[in-house]
Parts: sequence; C-alpha cells; structure tokens
Amino acid sequence: MLILHCPCCNEDKDETELAPGGEAHLKRFGPGSSDEDFEGYLFGRENPKGVHFERWRCASGCGKWFHAARCTATNEVFGTYSAQVTEPPKKLRDVITEKRPGWRWRDLS
Amino acid sequence: MSTRLATGGRLIDRSKPVSFSFNGKKLKGVAGDTLSSALLANDQMLMGRSFKYHRPRSVVTSDGSEPNALFNLGREGTFEPNARGTVTELFDGLEAESQNHFPSLEFDVGAINTKLSRFLPAGFYYKMFIHPRPFWKHIYEPFIRKSAGLGKAPKARDVDTYEHFYAFCDLLIVGGGIAGLEAALEAGAAGLDVVLFEQTAHWGGRAPVDGAVIDGKQADAWVADALTQLDAMPNVKCRARTMGAGVYDHGYAIGYERLSDHAPGEDGPRHRLWRIRAKHIVTATGSIERPLSFAGNDVPGVVLASAARDYVVNWGVSLGDRTVVVTNNDDAYRTAIALKEAGLNVPVIIDARAGGGGSLAERAVAMGIRVENGKGIAKVKGGKRVTGVEICAQAGEGAALEEIACDVVAMSGGWSPVVHLWSHCGGKLSWDETHAMFKPDPVRGPIGADGKAFVTTAGAASGAMGTGDVLADAQAQAALAVKAVGGKPKTAKAAVVEEAEAAAMEPVWMMPQGASYKLRSKAWLDFQNDVKVSDVQLAAQEGFESVEHAKRYTTLGMATDQGKLSNINGLAVLAKELGTDIPSVGTTTFRPPYTPISMGAIAGEARGDIFQPLRKTPMHGWHDENGAHWEPVGHWRRPYCFLRDEESVEEAVNREVKNTRQALGLLDASTLGKVIVTGPDAGKFLDMMYTNMMSNLKVGRCRYGLMCSENGFLSDDGVVARIDEDTWLCHTTTGGADRIHGHMEEWLQTEWWDWKVYTANVTEQYAQVAVVGPNARKVLEKLGGMDVSAETLPFMAWADGTIGGFDCRAYRISFSGELSYEIAVPAAQGRAFWDALLEAGAEFGVMPYGTEALHIMRAEKGFIMIGDETDGTVIPQDLGLNWAISKKKEDFLGKRAQERMHMVSEDRWKLVGLETLDGSVIPDGAYAVGEGVNANGQRNMQGRVTSTYYSPTLDRGIAMGLIHKGPDRMGETVTFPKVDGGEVKAKIVSPIFYDPEGEKQNV
Repeated sequence: MLILHCPCCNEDKDETELAPGGEAHLKRFGPGSSDEDFEGYLFGRENPKGVHFERWRCASGCGKWFHAARCTATNEVFGTYSAQVTEPPKKLRDVITEKRPGWRWRDLS
Repeated sequence: MSTRLATGGRLIDRSKPVSFSFNGKKLKGVAGDTLSSALLANDQMLMGRSFKYHRPRSVVTSDGSEPNALFNLGREGTFEPNARGTVTELFDGLEAESQNHFPSLEFDVGAINTKLSRFLPAGFYYKMFIHPRPFWKHIYEPFIRKSAGLGKAPKARDVDTYEHFYAFCDLLIVGGGIAGLEAALEAGAAGLDVVLFEQTAHWGGRAPVDGAVIDGKQADAWVADALTQLDAMPNVKCRARTMGAGVYDHGYAIGYERLSDHAPGEDGPRHRLWRIRAKHIVTATGSIERPLSFAGNDVPGVVLASAARDYVVNWGVSLGDRTVVVTNNDDAYRTAIALKEAGLNVPVIIDARAGGGGSLAERAVAMGIRVENGKGIAKVKGGKRVTGVEICAQAGEGAALEEIACDVVAMSGGWSPVVHLWSHCGGKLSWDETHAMFKPDPVRGPIGADGKAFVTTAGAASGAMGTGDVLADAQAQAALAVKAVGGKPKTAKAAVVEEAEAAAMEPVWMMPQGASYKLRSKAWLDFQNDVKVSDVQLAAQEGFESVEHAKRYTTLGMATDQGKLSNINGLAVLAKELGTDIPSVGTTTFRPPYTPISMGAIAGEARGDIFQPLRKTPMHGWHDENGAHWEPVGHWRRPYCFLRDEESVEEAVNREVKNTRQALGLLDASTLGKVIVTGPDAGKFLDMMYTNMMSNLKVGRCRYGLMCSENGFLSDDGVVARIDEDTWLCHTTTGGADRIHGHMEEWLQTEWWDWKVYTANVTEQYAQVAVVGPNARKVLEKLGGMDVSAETLPFMAWADGTIGGFDCRAYRISFSGELSYEIAVPAAQGRAFWDALLEAGAEFGVMPYGTEALHIMRAEKGFIMIGDETDGTVIPQDLGLNWAISKKKEDFLGKRAQERMHMVSEDRWKLVGLETLDGSVIPDGAYAVGEGVNANGQRNMQGRVTSTYYSPTLDRGIAMGLIHKGPDRMGETVTFPKVDGGEVKAKIVSPIFYDPEGEKQNV
C-alpha cells in the first residue's frame, strides 16, 4: 500500500486513491513505423529490480496523471513529477544517483 | 484430573459464576475465564481431534498460538468455526462444540487413521490419488472432502455488524506487554501521537505471570502504573483486545479489534478493522515458547511449560496433580516453582542440558524438587490422557531408564521472538546461535517511502530474554523510533530489575537426540495438521529440500495456526536431514494476518444494500413501481424488461419488441455515456480517438463512431454529435463512460498535452429517453414544441428546442431500426418528461421497453454490441465495419496495429448472420466445429456465436457470429454442438435480418 505524492494536488495519496499506468516515457510509434519499433512500443517493457519510472493517475482525486520514480525492490520512492515531460527531471535523477549510485534505466543513468 | 484450585487466579473473579455449554453439556466457569480454562476447570481435557489422524487433543498453549483447542461457537447467525478456546473469553450462555470428529469427541471413527499412520506418510494424498485419473473426481475427492476439514462453514447469515476504521499516527506500537508499555511511555512523553494495541484483554504480557519485579514493584503494579500514566496522555490511545494483524508497505498496518466477542449483544459492531497509516511502527510482540519433539508429545496433558504456569497463575486451574517438567532452558523452572507453590506435585524436572540450569534450578532443588540433568523423555504414556513418561538419556537412543507416573508434561524447547509483523513487509532475520532463534536483523528492516526502515522491534520481539534486557531494549528502541519520526526522546532512567541468573539454553531438536524411527514417527511438529518429525525427514529424502517445498509437501505450518509452534522445530529437523545448518535452510514466508481474522471484519460495512454504491437514473423510481425486472449494467441498474400481470420474462420481452416495432416504445437511455470534448484542437483529437473522421462532421449532424485501443482492438462505440465549431458530444456505451473519459484524458495528459482540448463527463447531467416506433413522431408532435419533421430533423441530425414545454436536445438516431428520437432533458426533469411521454403516448400505444428488447431489436438489425460482438480480440474489420474506418486519415489509435500481418490476414473469423435451419435458437456462446482435430486431439473450431436470440419479429432464432472467412461463405451451413449432446445447424447469412434497406428508420 504505497503512498505517492500527487504533484497536481500537492498531497500525499494512498494507493487506493491512485490507479497505476505502467511504464513511463514510452515513445509512441504510429503508422509508418517498423514492426520492431511498433512491437517495442506496444509490448516491450523494462522489468528492473531497482530504479523504475512509472505512470500513475490520481484517480480518486484530481484525475491527473503524474510520474513516479520508485525502487521496485524496496518500494522506496525517489520522487514524483509532471506527466508532461519526456524524461525524468535532472534534479530527480541526481537524487536517485545519490541514493543508488550507478543506476541505469533504458539509456538513462 | 484437571480442576479449579481453591485459591489463586489473577484474572478471574470467583464471585461471578458464568454458565456455558460444551457439546450440549451445561458447565460452569467464572468471570475472567477463557473457554479453555473453564473446560479444564471442569476436567474437560479432551477438546478436539487432529486433522489427519483424528488423534485426541487438548490445549498445548494458553494463548493465540494454540493449534489444537478449536471450537465451533454459537449457532445460526452467530455461528463461527475454528475459534481458539485459549483466546475465547467466557460469557454467560456461550455455546461451544468440538470439531473434526464422528460420531462423537470421545469415540471417533476417523481415529483409525492413527493406526494406519504408517500408510499415510507425507505426500500420501499426492501419491495415492493420482491414478486412475477418473477416480479423483468421482471417488477420491468426495471422500477426502467429507473426511477433511476442521470446522463447518456457517450456513446462516451473520447477524453481527462490522466496521472499518481509518487511523493515522506517528507511532503504532503492537503489543501491550512491558516492552510495549515502556515504548508507549517513552513515545508518549516525547509528545508523539501513539496508538498501542494489545491482542488480549489484559496488559502486561508474561511479566506478571513470571513474577517480574521492576523498580521494586511487582509487575502487576508496574503495569497498572504505566496504564495510569498512559491514560493521562491525550496523545496516546491504548486498545486492548486489538491485534496488530499485518504490516504493509509505507507504514500501512491492519489492526483487528474484537469489541463484543466477550460480551455478545452489546450495541455496536462485533469487530473493527483498523486501517492505519503510521509514520513508524514498533513491534513489541514478545515471543512464543517452542514445544520439544519427543514421542507422544501430542497426548492430552502435554502442554507448553508457560501454559501450565498460566493456567495456575492466571486462572487458578491445575491441569493435573503430578506434572513432569521437561526443558532445555531455565524458564521452565518457573513453572515447576509456580506449581509447587500452588501445592501441586512436580515429581521431576527433566533438563536436557548435561550442565543443568542456573539459579532457578538451585531454587527448585531447594524446594525439594528432583532435577535430572542430561535426560530426556523417551515417550509419553497414555491415550486420551497422559499417564506417565519414560525417562532416557538425552544423548542416547531412547532406552527407558525409569518410568514416572504423571498426568501432565510441561515442556519447553526455548523461545522464539514473534517476528511476523517485522517480516510481513520485508524485514530480514538473523540466526542467534546462543538462544537458537531467528531474530530481527535491525539493519535490514522493512523499507518505507523514504528509504529508511519503518519498523522497529522492542523487547522479547528483538530477542531480548530477561525482564531487564526486555525493558532496556524497549527503552532504546523507542528512543530510535521517536527520532525516526522527528521527535526528541526524553532520557528516562533505566529500570531496575531483580532477576535470576540464567544458565544458557541448549538447542534440542529431537528428544532423545538419537531417537529411533518408531519414536520419531510419534514425535509431533505440527499438532493441528499432524506433521511429525519422520514426515519432514521423508520430505527431505524425497528431494523436497527447499523449505517452501517441504512445507507444502508435508503441510507443516499450513494449519490455521500457521506454524507458530512448529516452524523452528521443523526447520531444524529439515536442516539436520539435509546436513546443513538452520540459517541456510531459512524460514518460510510470514504473511498477514498474524492470527486469523474474521471475514466480517474484512468486509466491514460493505454488505447488503451498501455493498456497492448503486447508480440510478432519474426514472428509476418509475421503473421500480412498474414491474422492472432489474439487470446490473456496471454500477447501474437497468430494467431488463417490465413485467405485467402474470407474464413470464420471455413473454414480456417479446411483447415489448413487437409493440415497439408496431406502435411506440420508450427506453430509458439515460445511462448512455455522454462526454463533451471541446477546444480549438478537439476535432484533431477526435480524429485520433475514433477510427472515422469526426473533424469534418457538420454542426447539427451525428455520426456513428468506433474507438480502438492502440493495440487495434475495438473498445467502444457510440454516436458523436457536433454541437458547435469547437465542441462535440460523444456518446459511449453504458458501461464505458468513465473508462472512455479516462482514456481520452490519458492521451490528452500524457501524449498530446500541448493540444488545446477539454473534456467533461456529463453522463449524469441528462436524462435521455429513446422514443421509438412508427408512432414516435406523432407523440412528439402531440406534445408540441420544436419541429421534428423529417425535413427539419432528418435521420442522423440533432436539434435543440422544447417538447411539451421541456428544454431538450433531440437526436434522430436509431439503435432499433425504427423511426427513433433520443431526447435528452436536464436530469432533474427526466421523470416529469418520462411521465409526459407516457401520458401523451397512451393513444399511440406507448409501452416502455427494457434492455433485452433493445438487444433483440439491434440484433435483428445486425448492429453490434460492445462486449457481445467484441471481447478485446476483435478489430472493426472483423465486424464488417470498414465503412467506419477512415482511409484518408494518416493516423488514429489502432491504425498501426490494424496493419499488422495477422490483422490483415484473410484467415480471420468475421461477422455474419446465422439462421438456424430448424428455426431454433442457437445456445449462447456455442462454437462452430470444423474438420479434423487440433494438436491436442480436440475438434477444430471454425467460429463462434456472439449474439443469439429468439426474434419475435421474425418468429425464429437469429444469431450473429464470427465465422472463419464468414462473409465469403454466404449460404453455407455450419454446425454448432450443444451441451446436451445434440447439435444445431445454421446457414451463414447477412447479419441484417430486418429492414436491410433501412427504410423504417429513415422516414
């Protein structure tokens, strides 16, 4: 039963108030894309033990989507941030580096 | 015999007798008794039968870890199985029955299993009942089901109420023994918001029974002082009869409060489930005594040493006149001393340690008790009661040195900290060689959101043993916990404790250590599930080396007590058999709840009418008063049909279909989802959402649209109306409104967040009525107002106006194939509008219809239904809906997916109509069989039915189905086997059975 901070409400939310939305920062491949790219977009997902970036929706609150950076092994939450970005903010990545030196996620580190 | 002593019993009030019954027999106890202590006071030692061998059993413990003394309590609406007698507080009128015996507790037929135990080893059921295969279903399983199982499942509705309670605190402390109290005092003094739970009705834990003296005070007095201090702190809440049941991520914890189990009939809920968010949790959960593994350790009268002491000290109950104490540690000497002080006989203390005990042993000897060091019990004599023990050398193989008559054996194999709550959320354990126990490893605690441990253990739960160590640990850990939540610990003075010097315990996993197979096969590890030392050894020999496998193979620790007594002893046996040490074997996983909690508490208030909130349309009341046969659709209730007089559901549906086709029908369509999409980029956005083009829809017009997932599969459909230059109103399916609104928001917020589009789900703002049938226009014209003629309001147009004085929006859309208007009015006027239509429609033969008539009429027209024709694997192209898929658009959700090889294959199952040759109705969900068999030897399939109805309009069965290359096979016949063994043949036809040219709807 996680607690995540909704950046839009600026409130801590219980997991029962949230809806999970899977992996964050997927790049959409539409018509004209190769089968490999489209397959990766639709089905290829990270399955890390450790740092992970996810989408969550404040479903029973403001209804807004946001991103969360979480350790899948310990459920430590490094931070939450806006859904309207294509990668985690530098400040958050620095926080993660401090707590998990040498972390990697896709091509981020 | 077991009996009530003339004096003693710190928890009972002898002046208040309590009547209860056991197996129909009237018995007397006193206030403060548990069911078990009262039964023992009445010499009712036999309390139940074990699960597998139906062995006679009595209490082993005096607390929540009890595996044997399980009862059916109450009757009918208050019936509850598997209640532990040791924690069931006695009340006047309590009714208890023993379990798992036939025909009676005293004489049980199943007990023959114990004679057959050689033939019922670990894994017996797995090995025996595999072959021949058909025997499992028809012979083995019914037999096993009949003979297995402890309590009976309740049959009557539970008359009690339950509730959930949400709480937030800085510190949750679980356990009201001296460690928990000490921690609460520390945290309370530091000003923290503290919640303290104690699972029993009494505070102080074992300290008062053990005769601890703290700061010069008897433990009882110290505990009373502590409670007085805590009561004076407004920031501390103490709850007795409340168990910390589970610890979960990020400081979430469950508490289980038993409010009226001890006093049924009191107002209010029976149980309360606390759902707590704590910044930090302290588990002061104490420790559990371990049994010793010797032959006959399950005979009634063999109990834990601590339990024998508890019954005497707490309830003034003696289990028998002559008690043999057998131990590997000093604590059991307290039992011998307590019994002796109560005037009972202790013929001998058998200490497995060659060096014997410490100062408590000296005291026992001084009291005249015989102590035998380096000895063990070879076997216990007796069947339904202990009659004596054979003593042997612990180092030997069990040759009897001497037989001693006794009626109680008090055993102690050492103590294990209660690490359950610590472990629930990932706290790790380390092996303590000195005390032979797993204890919490403080540097590897459960991690919270901030990456720091959020659980701390205190007292015996940390592995501290003596009273002084327990209090010192509690004080130190409480200070850490206070700091962890940002508080300042007050430095309190350490408690002064008078304590006996204890000699080190020595692990004893088998008694005697070289016991023969015969002895080992009578040495119980798990009492409830009848798992013996020999079973675990067999599992290891057969290759079940992982502790989790051995557990499941033998069922060790899988009973309702979840291995509280058996866990460590079983691990030790497994480790020895595997030639490794206990830490390498590890423990099985500790899962919540700590002890079983009631299903009622889990459900809380969510039962009956408030199980789930119900959504009602503005016309719900009318439907209810007019024979609505309800059907759940999502959280809505919709009339399936309206029953009149004595007619059947089927007759009502047919009447509604015919009347709508021939005269005038009304459908409450308010549940239909309505989502407004507006903004400068709304058209561009809807072109992405729908497969067809919505941006070029003219203001004032409607268009049927399809929505697909990014995976290409059809997800929802509905009519879209363009309201103005920037605004569209999208109708969704009844069940899909919230989902589709969420789907739109997801794409807007997470992919195209720079598009200027706004959405609003306005489903409940409008009541919507479908006015359907040849007389639809007449009734609207009679009510008067806006022009609803074919010229002004043609098919697939909409207009705002008034009808009969109601402000409305009228859509010329049809899901039935008839002349049809869907008219939306503000929700508050829905009922009045409905009534006006009924009144005005009387002369035109108006008749409301339900969802089944709607389904039949749409099927007659070949219209698809999301959820019938679609199941998450169907693309619009499968359903012949290519006309609704734009070829001009570069992109829409699902377009790329629909270009995949498999999606464009000629080999797909596609939608067709199915006309049975004999006019019958094809069974729902039937499959069409093809030629040959597949790799599994099953008949090949070539399609399936998606919708099937009796059509009152055509007076025959009609169906739609997905058939392999269906549209290319018009006129062919396919066969659908039926469940009864017969089959029905159907011709492949067009799915449009009624008015294929659409002449009736477009008038």
